[in-house]
Amino acid sequence: MKTLETIKKELKEYDGKNIRIMEVCGTHTSSIFKNGIRSLISPRIKLISGPGCPVCVTASSYIDRLVEYSLKDNHCVLTFGDMMKVKGSELTLTESKAMGGNVKILYSPLGAVKVSMKNPDTQFVFAAVGFETTIPIYALLIEEIIKNNIKNLRIMTSLKTIIPAISYICTNEKNIDAFLCPGHVSVIIGSSVYSEMALKYRKPFVIGGFEGGHIIAAIYEIVRQISNNECNMKNMYQSAVTAEGNEKAKALIDKYFEAADDYWRGIGIIEGSGLKLRTEYKDFDAGSTSSEDVDVTPAGCKCADVILGRITPQECPLFGKACSPLNAVGACMVSSEGACGIWYRNCEV
Amino acid sequence: MCVAVPGKIVEINGDTAKVDILGNIYEANIKLVSAKIGDYVLIHAGCAIEVLKKDMAKEILSLFNDLEEEQNEDS
Ligand code: SF4
Repeated sequence: MKTLETIKKELKEYDGKNIRIMEVCGTHTSSIFKNGIRSLISPRIKLISGPGCPVCVTASSYIDRLVEYSLKDNHCVLTFGDMMKVKGSELTLTESKAMGGNVKILYSPLGAVKVSMKNPDTQFVFAAVGFETTIPIYALLIEEIIKNNIKNLRIMTSLKTIIPAISYICTNEKNIDAFLCPGHVSVIIGSSVYSEMALKYRKPFVIGGFEGGHIIAAIYEIVRQISNNECNMKNMYQSAVTAEGNEKAKALIDKYFEAADDYWRGIGIIEGSGLKLRTEYKDFDAGSTSSEDVDVTPAGCKCADVILGRITPQECPLFGKACSPLNAVGACMVSSEGACGIWYRNCEV
Repeated sequence: MCVAVPGKIVEINGDTAKVDILGNIYEANIKLVSAKIGDYVLIHAGCAIEVLKKDMAKEILSLFNDLEEEQNEDS
C-alpha cells in the first residue's frame, strides 16, 4: 500500500508542468494552512483560494438593508456571527448594534423559532446567507414558521449556489487547471454534478474531505490525472458525499426556493447563481432583492481578484498594511472563512 | 461558514437528537437525515446534514490504497 510518506515525497519532488488547483471552499483554505500543506508539495503545484466563503461574496447593499432593519423600532436582525463585521456601504452590523440597533447572533437558523415566539411584539429577520450546505436549514426554518404559524419572523436571503460560480470561473478565468471541490456543499448536492463539469471544462474535479490526509490524497489524485491527461470527477470524501447527495435536503430546497440571478461582491451578477423564495412563499421574505443588489468595493480592495484566483491575498497592496482582521477593508479579511483573513492569520506579514 | 463537524447520536426525540461531539452533548435537528442511535452524523448550524458512512481515519487509509492501485494501472 502507498503510504502517506511516499505520497508526500512524490508531491514534494514533483517537477512536471505547473499546476494551479483552486480550492473552492474556505474550510479547505483553513485546513491547507493548518496542516502546512504548501510546505509539503512542490512549488510547481499552486493552491489558489476560490469563491467559497458566502459571507465574502455578499453584496454591500444586502448588509445595508440588514443595518436599516436593525435600526427600526421593534425590529431585530438575527444572524450568524460571521456577518457582524462585514461592511455595507457605510456600516457593519456590529456598528449598527453599537448605535442601538437590535442584532442577535444565533448559532442555528432554527434558534430563530424560539426567539420569535418568545418576543411576539418584535419583528425578526434572519440574515439567510450561505451555500447549499446551509440552504436546507433555511428551508427547515420556513417549515417551522409555517407549522407554528409564526407571524413575526421572516428571512432576507443572499443564497448562493456553487456550480454556476465554478462555471463562471471556468469560462472567464483561464488559469485554473483543476478544482478541489467543496466537501460540505457536495454532501448536499452530490458528486455526480461534477462529472458533467469535468467533461464540459476538461479539468479534474476532485472532492476532498478536510483532514490533512484527505487533502494530500486529493492533490495527489489531481496531479496524477493531469500528468496522465485525464479530466475526471473523483469523490475522495465518500464517508460523507454520495453520488446523488442528500435527497431529502435537495427536495426541501426545491420546495421553497428557486434559482435566480445573484450578485457576487466584487464580481457582479452571475446568471442563475442564487436561490430566492418561490412566489408562493414570498410572505416569508423580508425584502431580498438578490438580482438588484449593488456593491461598494472599498478603494484599493482587490477582493474580486482574490475570489477569482487572479492574485493571492498577499499580492493585494493593502494586505497586512491598511487591511487586517482588526481593521478590515474588504469582506475577505473579515470572515473566518475569507481567504485574506485566513492568509493573514497564517502568514508572517 | 460551511464548517460541519462529526458527532455521534446518543438519543433521539422526534426530530431532534442529542449528539456527542468530542465528549460534549449538543442538540441537533435530524430532519434532513435518516439516522438512528449510534450513527455518526455531520452537524452544521444545529442540523445533521448527513450520516457518515465510514470512519474518517479508515477512509484516509483506503484512499491511499486506491491511489496506489490507480497508479499501477497507469504504468
Ligand atoms: S487584503 Fe483586504 S483590501 Fe486586500 S483584497 Fe483582501 S480584504 Fe480586500
